[in-house]
Amino acid sequence: MAYNIVVLIKQVPDTKRITGEAMRDDGTVNRSALPAIFNPEDLHALETALELRERHGGRVTVVTMGPPMACETLRESLERGADDVVLLTDRRAAASDTLATSYILSCAVRKLAARKPVDMVVCGRQAIDGDTAQVPPQTAEKLGWPQVTYVEEVEAVEGRTIRARRNTGTGTERVECPLPCLLTVTDQAPAPRPPSAKRIMAVKKARSRAEIERETPDPAQAQARAEALQTRGLLITQWDLQDIGADLTWCGRDGSPTKVKRIQSVVLKGSGFKKVEPTEEAITTMVHELIEDHTIG
Amino acid sequence: MIEANRQGDVWVVAEQNDGQLHDVGLELLSKGRELAETLGVRLTAVVMGADVARHAERLIHHGADRVVAAEDALLAHYQTNPYAKVLCRLIEEHKPQIVIYGATPLGRDLAPRVASALRAGLTADCTDLDIGDHVEPGTKEKYDRLLLQIRPAFGGNIIATIVNPERWPQMATVREGVMRLPDADTSRRGEVVRFKPDLSPADLPLKILDHTRAERKVNLKAARVIVAGGAGVGSKENFRLIWDLANALGAAAGASRAAVDNGWIDKDHQVGQTGTTVRPALYIAVGISGAVQHRAGMNEAQKIVAINADPHAPIFQVAHYGIVGDLNRVIPMMIDAIKKRV
Repeated sequence: MAYNIVVLIKQVPDTKRITGEAMRDDGTVNRSALPAIFNPEDLHALETALELRERHGGRVTVVTMGPPMACETLRESLERGADDVVLLTDRRAAASDTLATSYILSCAVRKLAARKPVDMVVCGRQAIDGDTAQVPPQTAEKLGWPQVTYVEEVEAVEGRTIRARRNTGTGTERVECPLPCLLTVTDQAPAPRPPSAKRIMAVKKARSRAEIERETPDPAQAQARAEALQTRGLLITQWDLQDIGADLTWCGRDGSPTKVKRIQSVVLKGSGFKKVEPTEEAITTMVHELIEDHTIG
Repeated sequence: MIEANRQGDVWVVAEQNDGQLHDVGLELLSKGRELAETLGVRLTAVVMGADVARHAERLIHHGADRVVAAEDALLAHYQTNPYAKVLCRLIEEHKPQIVIYGATPLGRDLAPRVASALRAGLTADCTDLDIGDHVEPGTKEKYDRLLLQIRPAFGGNIIATIVNPERWPQMATVREGVMRLPDADTSRRGEVVRFKPDLSPADLPLKILDHTRAERKVNLKAARVIVAGGAGVGSKENFRLIWDLANALGAAAGASRAAVDNGWIDKDHQVGQTGTTVRPALYIAVGISGAVQHRAGMNEAQKIVAINADPHAPIFQVAHYGIVGDLNRVIPMMIDAIKKRV
């Protein structure tokens, strides 16, 4: 039995590579100087989906929400073997919190499912920029599907049932879940395959309309280029909020119950070295400083 | 969608597995107590499972005014849907103003599901909570006494304060080990409310085939705070101090290769090029000279405290705080200072 699988991915700033160049003089991070990467656990999600397709047949569609630049991860998905990719991009989706994001993603999954029922959505456990791990369970809830989080291995899919081993934090659990369902995988799930050289060449020219418009300012030329790419199957599907039938009051800032009140940069280095005398007073002061700046609770 | 209810309680979702209450719920009760007193409302602990009312006394001793025990044989083993269903029903009925969860794997599975169903806001992995006023920048609308949800983001490079002005309850998950876990006050009395959710097997989509409890292996990568010992600790007996400090901070214990090679601690705890590379919010290096191989595994910690008898140890070059002294004196002073924090 073949399965129609959707993988939700995110392009993220590489927070693990905060080098000197990404640091401002005051010791804070210049986010725009960080390279944008495929969220690491999402690569495991893609691999999990590709292996299921190899075992059972079906299609793997990768969806990302973000600015047009996020197409980089979609091309990478194609290089690694995805069948279709979709860019969700819309300025009105900016400042969406996890609830609004999950609503938008669920609308996109519903749109895909209207063409052909979706059996599974696979996601990475969490993205390294926010580390919230909230979007996948919220998307599952919006779809009304069960969720299986922290999956390390999909053992089998038989008919309309999936069997998976998940990490509960205190041990492991093997569960059976009916389809359709949403899975989140950890970095213990199958390691991502490298992009294939042949596919790299094949998808090098794939572009979304937003990218074409940026690269080709003349509208007539841009249109011609888009049409040429489309005939070769290299036009990346691009949807905005209207395309997926999203209710705008659920999206972006208005659709987000949480608001950021304040952001404080954590000063990493250059804050200077403090010599602490081995006295009760000096040590107490140090512990208080660490509590004050939220280093310890 | 639930509107703001200023009279609503503060709720703590107390996690239990296999009949054992998780410490994080008790930690949250101590913070929840502060929040409830600031707001002048009750603190309620919610516990779900097959046979959980027996935990009520302990939850009350740790600060709850009231315990809601949702009991059903079908809640014996955690799975998302029935737990979320029961909790949503309780929240819709009682309209708490704040609901906090432990940011455990279970809490992080359950809370977003509940938040989505209620269309409420949820902030993940908070390291602190407070009550404060908020003015919305766009509308200039003023909101009194909101839950300030403080969390690191962006790989720990920023600290964000999040509020949830309108769509209540205000919900957050809170990291383990960041709130104090005070001793129980056995004189406290409270109310116990039993709730029978009447679930049916159709509410449980998952079939749990089996589950194993792994011996809790150290997860240095996930640790927010690490206390690590090296050759300078001197002996296996002295290494006890590393564990004591780690326990006081809710931290993981780490080690340099020298300490592992001396047999003072298991290799799972080794930090450095040949061990684990870590990136905690705080790394306390005790008796570690700071060879480049060790520094490679920990110099990305946001804050480094070095304790060493040798004032020339290279570890001081990467440290933010350096204490030159005898760990047998310094560590007990640190533990004291940590325990005294309010």
